[in-house]
Order: sequence, then structure tokens, then C-alpha cells
Amino acid sequence: MIRVILPPHLRGLARIASEVELEIKGPATQRSVLDALEVRYPMLRGTIRDHITQQRRPFLRFFACGEDLSHELPDAPLPDAVVSGTEPLLILGAIAGG
Amino acid sequence: MSKVRVLVGTKKGAFVLTSDGKRERWEVSGPHFAGWEIYHVKGSPAEPNRLYASQCSGWFGQIIQRSDDGGKTWIQPGTPPGEPTTAPGGMPKGESNKFAYDTSAETGKPLTTHQWYDGTQHPWEFKRVWHLEPSLTDSDTVYAGVEDAALFRSADGGKSWQELSGLRGHGSGPGWQPGAGGMCLHTIVLDPSNPQRMFIAISAAGAFRTDDAGKTWRPINRGLKSPYIPSPEAEVGHCVHRIAMHGSRPNVLFMQKHWDVMRTDNAGDLWTEVSGNLPTDFGFVIDVHTHEPETIYVVPIKSDGEHFPPDGKLRVYRSRTGGNEWEALTKGLPQRDCYVNVLRDAMAVDSLDKCGIYFGTTGGQVYGSADAGDNWAPIVRDLPAVLSVEVQTLP
Repeated sequence: MIRVILPPHLRGLARIASEVELEIKGPATQRSVLDALEVRYPMLRGTIRDHITQQRRPFLRFFACGEDLSHELPDAPLPDAVVSGTEPLLILGAIAGG
Repeated sequence: MSKVRVLVGTKKGAFVLTSDGKRERWEVSGPHFAGWEIYHVKGSPAEPNRLYASQCSGWFGQIIQRSDDGGKTWIQPGTPPGEPTTAPGGMPKGESNKFAYDTSAETGKPLTTHQWYDGTQHPWEFKRVWHLEPSLTDSDTVYAGVEDAALFRSADGGKSWQELSGLRGHGSGPGWQPGAGGMCLHTIVLDPSNPQRMFIAISAAGAFRTDDAGKTWRPINRGLKSPYIPSPEAEVGHCVHRIAMHGSRPNVLFMQKHWDVMRTDNAGDLWTEVSGNLPTDFGFVIDVHTHEPETIYVVPIKSDGEHFPPDGKLRVYRSRTGGNEWEALTKGLPQRDCYVNVLRDAMAVDSLDKCGIYFGTTGGQVYGSADAGDNWAPIVRDLPAVLSVEVQTLP
């Protein structure tokens, strides 16, 4: 079970009260977790990754276990603590703008 | 008794202001989509309870919202709560915020490039929807003007979008360039007498017209003079801020350009300046009285470097002669220490017997006049910066 914590704007958009729990078939990576997230909450498509390029949107960051995973490759394995559900994958909006 | 519903897009959410036909007491609903930029909200003339909203964010990109009950509840088209989240083929839904530019049918490469700030050519990159224009006759059909400048159309209530790429592909695209606010298609004017014809405007490319429902386009900028660009009378490259039409005379258009207020009497084939005695002819909004096609309104702004009213006095100017002769409308508007701006999509007129006019400011005020501009009063004073104002007249 992978736990994902979304920023408040996206929780509001998807009408999610708290963190999301996802079952991932196969390797747990940024790509597979985001794919599963978007299948369950299709209204999030295009908000975390660009609709066309599938690249992480510039002002979003991925964190887990105290580490910034934003520049990891999309298919790199997530940390064991995330895969086991001990730690969540955090999707954060960068502090920018007003 | 008739009602009016004013749809306000702001930097931090949408607001719906409603009143009866007297337009004295107002109810304020919102913020809807709190914390998001709402560039534009507009209702369908064919089904007034259907509203479309452009919701966006520098962090999370573009969202399209739709209401089918006059703004009480909203959905992202194609992904309503409680419905299956995948289409029958297994593909996830959620395409209502996907704006994919067409590519060349022959090469698969980008259709064209545009001029970048440094003069080099740059590929088109989608950023946001500036303006939504619902069809005059079909509530499922809606046009979207986007940045980087292009026109999209949805025929399924906003669930999916297809580009009308004849606009970008007609040949002048490499001469288009971003203005200070980006390269945005911000104005879409539909001709009520001819469904094949529409007008659009782009900053900073100019005005364009189609006579075949969007398949082919041509620039309509003859008569515009922009001394601050390399070729002041170029075919494209003009920073048009807004175009307005009265439905009874679709060949007559009024334009607020970066500088200059203009009019055309031949659907854009030739423009003439009608700035007349305005204190400054810089500005963003322009609109036409509902019942008087020669009565037009602008809000003069001091200059392109100082986006606030001259002398700290917020004045709407009205011409009853289709331009050139203007009178200042000041009653109820602040006449000292006022340094707000009125952005290009932030003025609208209702269609009650006594024409109502509304505009919003970057200071968060929405002003209304129930007597064609003679007297004004704030409907709300302290919203986030107003990006757009539309009004619906309801039975």
C-alpha cells in the first residue's frame, strides 16, 4: 500500500479529505504511483504532470523519507519505506508567488 | 421580475453576484475554487444555467469547470463525482484540461513557431485559458482562447478540446509575439447573424476573422498604427486589448488597442481611430450599450508604464456617437487616490431596459451602474484582484 499526500489545492480538486492509499501492481515508482493516482482521480490528470510531456510540473516537488525525489527518474524505485507504507510520498507545491 | 447574475473571476477564486432587476441589493456567493486564479467565467446564451469557468494555477496548470445549475455546483466535465473514472475502453477520463496543439499533418512537427522576446523563433507552449466563449445556440459548444495564442473548440460540453489550427497555421504565426502578459488569445466575438463568422484578438498579434467557422483566418489589422513596433502598420504584431460588437450591427466593431481606441464599419477590413477627446487612449476594456449600438464605454488608463487611471480618478468614458466625442462618468466612482487597473475581460453589460454596466478592478471592487453609466455604486469592495466580469440577464 502506497500512501500519497497531496497539496491542499489538489485535495480540494479531487475532493479528498486526507491522504490517498494506492495499491500498485508491479514496481512502485513515481510513474506507476502517479498513473494509479490519475486512474482513481482523473480530475488530477495534467495537474501534477504536464498533459502532453508527462513531465513534473515545474513548481511541484516530490519528497519522501526526508529526501527530495523530484529529480529522480520516473521509473526509479521508490524508497522501501514508501513501498511498505511506512512513509508517505509527499507532493508539494513550491513556495513561489503569492 | 428579471434578475441579473454577475460572474466574477479573480486572482483567488470566482464569485457570483446576483440581484433582482432593480440592481440595488446584491447577494454574493463565493469564493468558488478558492485559491485558484479564475481567468474567466461565462454562461451559455442557449442555456443560461450552464456556466463555463477557466481555473488555473502556476503550480497545477489548467482546469476547466462547468456548472449546470447557475453556479451552485461545479464539475470538471468528463469527471463528475460518482461516475466511472475510466472510459469503456479502459482509458482514464480527465481530458477536459488537455489543450494539445495540432501538428503538421505531413511531418508531425509543430505547425509553426512564433517570435520570442529576443527576436528568435520559439515553439508554442500551452499555459492557460484566458477566455471562454459559449456558442450562441448550442450549450455544449464552447470556444477557448488560450496562451500561447490559439483557439480551441469543445463540442461536448468541455469534456475534450480540439484546436482550430487554421488560425495559427495561416502563415503569419512567425510574426506573432508575446506582450507583457504573455501571448494570449483573449477575445472571441461570435457574429449572431452569421455562424460562419467570428473575430478573435491576440496580444501581441492583432485581430483576425474567419468566414468559414474557423477553418481559415486572415488578419484584419489594416488601419492600426503601433509606432512602438518595427513596422507600425504591419499586417500582424499589434497589441489589441479588446474588441466589442453590438449584435444588431455585426460589421461594426470597436477596439481598445494598447494605445488608441478604434472602430471599423466593415468587419475589420479597415480601422479608424476614434480616441477623440479621451484623456488618454491607453486602456484595456471596451463595451457597447445593449440598446444603443453607437454608445460605447472605455476606462482610460494612464499609460502602458503606469497601469492606473489618470490623476487617481477612476472614470468610465462614454461616447454616444460611436467614438471621438467622449464624456466622463464619475458619479459614485472614486475621484481621488485611486490607482487600480481594469483588465481587458473585466467589463460587461446586461440587457435590461435600462442598460446595466459592470466592471471590476485589480483592487477587488466590482462597480455597477443600473442607468447606463450615469451613476455607479460598488457591489463588492474587497475581492481579490478582478480578472474578468460577465453578466447574465435572467427571466
